[in-house]
Amino acid sequence: MSAETKESIKHHIQVYIKVFIALAILTIVTVAVSYLDVSFIEAFFIAITVATIKGSLVLGFFMHLISEKQMIIWILVATLIAFVILMFIPLINVTDQVNIWN
Amino acid sequence: MNIPYIFEERPDTGLTNSKLGVWVFLASEVMLFGGLFSAYVFLRIAAPEGDFSYWGSKLSIPMATFNTLVLITSSVTMVMAWASIKLKEFDKYKIYLGVTILCAFAFLIVKYFEYTGKFHHGIYPSSSTFMGIYFTLTGLHVLHIIGGIAVLLFYWSPIGDNMYKEDSELLANRIEIAGLYWHFVDLVWIFLFPVLYLL
Repeated sequence: MSAETKESIKHHIQVYIKVFIALAILTIVTVAVSYLDVSFIEAFFIAITVATIKGSLVLGFFMHLISEKQMIIWILVATLIAFVILMFIPLINVTDQVNIWN
Repeated sequence: MNIPYIFEERPDTGLTNSKLGVWVFLASEVMLFGGLFSAYVFLRIAAPEGDFSYWGSKLSIPMATFNTLVLITSSVTMVMAWASIKLKEFDKYKIYLGVTILCAFAFLIVKYFEYTGKFHHGIYPSSSTFMGIYFTLTGLHVLHIIGGIAVLLFYWSPIGDNMYKEDSELLANRIEIAGLYWHFVDLVWIFLFPVLYLL
């Protein structure tokens, strides 16, 4: 984002406003969906899907990831792999302890 | 001492040092919050059925929704502050960054009322597993907000004004980097909000 012209910045501003409106609408959608009578699994997937869309908008447009260099993309790919390991490897240990308090 | 590759991109990375540095820092932040999200998931899996939903229902959804909208607003004003410097509109930059800082304080004030409301009803981090992870996650997030305010106030102060007079591109670079951190703080809240308040 270093070599920007005035015109391209003005175009960015239009995009930022649209993204802001989309984020506000999606926030309302998230809250509205939480009042629906759905199962936990359904509610979980809806909530995480909407949050992921919102997060992608912030990452892509506000953090300029959509036009960012390959180096940053690779750093984030490595982070994502480490994050997935962090989230799921402990499952191996946890699955045999579910409901141990019941 | 001049820090190298602040304006021009470093040939081997294709990035300025400051931008690469903040992205590596944010990667470490993903792992910090990721560890706690992971803890939340496994505590929830192991908890008695309905326990997390019961304690989660004690949180205020309207307050958290308001705070979500406040943080989203602060994110857009932050990026508009950067765009204003690029367009050499200094007065607009001051307004946008000022609004960002005000939004950050608004978030903290709402959080203060949320926390004190819980304490008033005898709910503390020790009250339940859910409350333990709730206060840990939101408390760590609040610390990030406070850190962000310190950085944003620094650039909103006369120090930032002088930096702009000296070289507007220098301030644009710093605001872009500070903005990346600020958007990350918003990003974390986007996931904390449904996970803690709505599920």
